[in-house]
Amino acid sequence: MIDQHIASLNAAAADIFDGATVMIGGFGEAGSPIELIHALIDQGARNLTVVNNNTGSGHVGLAALIENGQVGKMICSYPRTVGSKVFPDLYRSGKIELELVPQGTLAERIRAGGAGIPAFYTATSVNTPLAEGKELRNFAGRNYVMEYGLRADFALIKSECADRHGNLIYNKTARNFAPIMAMAAETTIVQTGALLEVGSIDPEVIVTPGIFVNRIIEIANPAQESQLIAEGRSYP
Amino acid sequence: MSGANKQNIGWSREEMAKRTALDIPDGCYVNLGIGIPEMVAQHVPDGREVIYHTENGLLGMGPAPAEDEIDPELINAGKKAVTANPGASFFHHADSFAMIRGEHIDVCVLGAMQVSEQGDLANWSTGEPDAIPAVGGAMDLVAGVKTIYIITRHCTKEGEPKLVESCSYPLTGKAVVNRIYTDLAVINITPGGFEIAELAPGISFDYVQQRTGCRLRVGPQLTAAVSG
Repeated sequence: MIDQHIASLNAAAADIFDGATVMIGGFGEAGSPIELIHALIDQGARNLTVVNNNTGSGHVGLAALIENGQVGKMICSYPRTVGSKVFPDLYRSGKIELELVPQGTLAERIRAGGAGIPAFYTATSVNTPLAEGKELRNFAGRNYVMEYGLRADFALIKSECADRHGNLIYNKTARNFAPIMAMAAETTIVQTGALLEVGSIDPEVIVTPGIFVNRIIEIANPAQESQLIAEGRSYP
Repeated sequence: MSGANKQNIGWSREEMAKRTALDIPDGCYVNLGIGIPEMVAQHVPDGREVIYHTENGLLGMGPAPAEDEIDPELINAGKKAVTANPGASFFHHADSFAMIRGEHIDVCVLGAMQVSEQGDLANWSTGEPDAIPAVGGAMDLVAGVKTIYIITRHCTKEGEPKLVESCSYPLTGKAVVNRIYTDLAVINITPGGFEIAELAPGISFDYVQQRTGCRLRVGPQLTAAVSG
């Protein structure tokens, strides 16, 4: 029987190892798997390479993971957001590495990684500093830069509903990077708002098929980053 | 707001957005950048159906919701709460940027730090050593969207021209801009450089030229308007 259900957050994140590459879903707070990120803080793995569009806000979630000294390198498109102070301070003092990737290139690198495509060419960033040192190739008169597919050891993502096979649906713009990160990680760990019976999600509306998912933990009422920040909370 | 109050000549932020909106055709798919470009949506003339794309995974983006209807999981690329219009769709990031890179989005309106007379755009980094570099989706948009409009004040707060012979800041894309809407004029990028298509009320060609980093030309539309 396939049953990806995991009973505790601690068990869900237990084997994330030092030096692992971890993709974390979310665009700002939308889709951020806060409870899983906090479980990773409790677990304590260090020297992580984290892939996320941003670098978190306030002192909870992704910003707290970075603040706790667990992240050696960020791969992202937009590391400064209103209310993000943790990453900018560490970056300016040389304590964290940054690989800046245009947002669409980041998404396609993740998709390609998950789809078994080692590299691809894109016109994005040609003639800019972000293409420096990268292979260029001309197709039909236009220059393109080569970008590598991106894979990860783990993905932490959030879904609205799931079943024990790992089939997922999402909520509105909280979907963002989650479906492609689920494809690109060796082990995809999902926090879901509702764990439903197999067969209760219409196959026509499943966004992420369960083959891309490994572990599911039900978090019925997930915290919202902006609310935690408004309450002045920090983690741990 | 403060910018518009400081200098009461030329177009205000609102008027710049309104002027740009006149050039958004019926039936097109449009991506609006953060800031003044966002205001364009409020001014598209009645009778035109325009579908707004936001790169974090929504086509059919509607206006901001009422305070009690805010959903932190329904936001735009500027991470502000929005609504989904009837007929809207949600999708993941790779599909969203396939729409952009695959040239499916018709028009994109962005802000700028500098635009060169060849249509080069710099809008993501000053290149200063202590700046935190952040690019977001800007490079993907200028590489993939067919028509790129820029809305920007004509000069920086310090009075430096933003329309220049060549950009001193790191580029977002080379030869990508089609048209610029400033507080002083509407300017086309042509093979011969910047060409003024329209002047804001009370603004003269010379006034704009003095505030521009390279030579301007008078476009055919403006010649027609002046003569006739």
